Amino acid sequence: MFIEILEKCIGCGLCAKACPLGCITIENKKARIDQASCNLCRSCLESCKFEAIEFPEEKKQPASDLSEYRGVWIFAEQRENKLLPVALEMLGEGRKIAEVLNVPLTALLLGHEIEDLARELLEHGADTVLLADDPQLASYRTNPYARVIASLVSERKPEILLIGATTLGRDLAPRLSARLGTGLTADCTKLEVEREGRKLLQTRPAFGGNLMATIVCPNHRPQMATVRPGVMEKAEKISSTAPKGTLEKVGVKLLADDLKVLVEKIVRTDKVSLNLEEALVIVAGGRGVGNQETFKLLEEVAEALGGVVGASRAAVDAGWIAHAHQVGQTGKVVKPRLYLACGISGAIQHSAGIQGAECVVAINKDKNAPIFACADFGIVGDLNEVLPQLLKELKGR
Amino acid sequence: MALKIVVCIKQVPDTNQVRIDPRTGTLKREGVPSIINPEDKHALEEALCLKDIHGGEVVVLTMGPLQALSALRLAIAMGADRAILLSDRAFAGSDTMATSLTLAAAIKRLGKYSLVFAGRQAIDGDTAQVGPQLAEHLNIPQLTYAGEVEIEKNEITVKRLLEEGYEIASSPLPVLVTAVKELNHPRYPTGAGVFKSFRENRIETWGLAELGLDKDSLGLSGSPTQVHATFVPHNERTSEVHPHGEEAVRTLANKIIALI
Ligand SMILES: Cc1cc2nc3c(=O)[nH]c(=O)nc-3n(C[C@H](O)[C@H](O)[C@H](O)COP(=O)(O)OP(=O)(O)OC[C@H]3O[C@@H](n4cnc5c(N)ncnc54)[C@H](O)[C@@H]3O)c2cc1C
Ligand SMILES: Nc1ncnc2c1ncn2[C@@H]1O[C@H](COP(=O)(O)O)[C@@H](O)[C@H]1O
Repeated sequence: MFIEILEKCIGCGLCAKACPLGCITIENKKARIDQASCNLCRSCLESCKFEAIEFPEEKKQPASDLSEYRGVWIFAEQRENKLLPVALEMLGEGRKIAEVLNVPLTALLLGHEIEDLARELLEHGADTVLLADDPQLASYRTNPYARVIASLVSERKPEILLIGATTLGRDLAPRLSARLGTGLTADCTKLEVEREGRKLLQTRPAFGGNLMATIVCPNHRPQMATVRPGVMEKAEKISSTAPKGTLEKVGVKLLADDLKVLVEKIVRTDKVSLNLEEALVIVAGGRGVGNQETFKLLEEVAEALGGVVGASRAAVDAGWIAHAHQVGQTGKVVKPRLYLACGISGAIQHSAGIQGAECVVAINKDKNAPIFACADFGIVGDLNEVLPQLLKELKGR
Repeated sequence: MALKIVVCIKQVPDTNQVRIDPRTGTLKREGVPSIINPEDKHALEEALCLKDIHGGEVVVLTMGPLQALSALRLAIAMGADRAILLSDRAFAGSDTMATSLTLAAAIKRLGKYSLVFAGRQAIDGDTAQVGPQLAEHLNIPQLTYAGEVEIEKNEITVKRLLEEGYEIASSPLPVLVTAVKELNHPRYPTGAGVFKSFRENRIETWGLAELGLDKDSLGLSGSPTQVHATFVPHNERTSEVHPHGEEAVRTLANKIIALI
């Protein structure tokens, strides 16, 4: 916002070409910036040969003493006394980062009577597990969890704090970051770290996945990110004898104010018997499947291949299949060997969920459907014809 | 009990209509309309419904450039009583932290309130951070992902929609609630509403001076995060596409069997 185009501008259009967000147009021989959409990436500034673009002045924040902050922490989310897969994924990723920075890796575990989970974290390579055990922490509430974690962070000063980008994590992390006065990057799909500046490079999709942005948090600590589930590789279980890490129990002090919200009940509707994230074969259907009945055909193919059925949001919204089957930005991120997309157009929000698939196959009757561009193999045809033939072909072998 | 409800709305480009220019690898934005962020519309609708039931006032708040006035006008046309545009060069380059601080300062200036609504997330950045950060700055509880809201006396009960189901949670007011699309169906502006939004001066503009904040805690200088780089994701798939036919199906079957 509020970038100024000076009189000097001759409307040459270099900046419009350079803008990755496409928010510059040339009107009446002057550049015009859609201020609302600009994210101040400075590409235009660098492209301009006439010094006709002016940015708001940037005042360098006095770097507080960042060197006090050391160590990588992950928040190990558990529900009903079970660790979420994303906890182990962050342990895996956290380990890589901790190695580059040459610091220990700590897992934060909050809940009630969950010591066995602490052991599981140690077995997967945590150097330390900080366990906060209290009946008030048994099920998640924003403020009690934020209180416990904020006080641990202020006291022990980790340089990086990762939290899973689940509904819980995305409720907790921003509250925490505001309390700690530090930056937060949402829903990262890639993390890298620079050994020199100890900077965490946090990459995430924006504009519905049309654009990727790498975000840094140079002058504040800890550097906080939420991490998209299903994207990073899980930590392996350490095969050697007893794990070397240590379990440390920490005290829990809550204020009356933290307990204002009461959770009256928790209802699980989408029982997760279906494990899309772990499936090796997914046969997914979209609006092109046309009705609930035809989904049976997909089920048959899935069964023949030992896989499960996935769906686009359009199919879920149409009520043909439960939300638990949805793949994509607001569904599951999957990484099967084979993803067979049937009657799915390949909107960016859908394909954002299948980037990790080893092989994507698309069946669509529109040869221009974007799904073909993100598929390894495609057949242009009606799924009502292709799938039965495929089934016959597969069963014949 | 009459409610004073503040709704935070953001004007965003309709990302469903954003396309990539394959030549330049940049987003094509020509002709892409600016809209009120969809979930913010659900937040506004809920505020208006609560006002219909309990009485009170709905104030909409947005931080952005002058063009965001059109979003505020639409909110007035839908039934909001008052609108405030936070616009100042000093707010430029805000990340979610600086944005939430600015919004918090404005809400404090509005005086006593019962409820603050935001959308769960804005479709341009998809961060879903401003709501909870704002609640922290205001030091009030937050109830995110609201799919149903009910208020009785001084207490709010919310059905929070989560990955695997839902949760019923309650809290004394004031609280901050973030809305999801299941919450309601936003109403259309009425003719009278549109008339009102142009004729009556219900929109105020506040800048740094009104908020009385330190310039360095806002905008680019007040933003802990910075964009380091942006790029268009590339795709490494082979995209071998065949017309339907026996041969194609056989090749596919071979491929599948080799793979699994
Ligand atoms: C914030 C946001 C989040 C979203 N999150 C997700 C998400 O997580 N997951 C998701 O999937 N979507 C998501 N969407 C929706 C997404 O943008 C698309 O609308 C959706 O993926 C479209 O589903 P579809 O491909 O099944 O339907 P369509 O786009 O309608 O495509 C149907 C396709 O089927 C083909 N077809 C029709 N009949 C046949 C036939 N007989 N045989 C073969 N092909 C046929 C057509 O050619 C067409 O290409 C999200 C959208 C938004 C705004
Ligand atoms: N500039 C802004 N002005 C007013 N409200 C905002 C602004 N940015 C974000 N919000 C609110 O915060 C919600 C979450 O936004 P975000 O964190 O950007 O995904 C939005 O749905 C809005 O309700």
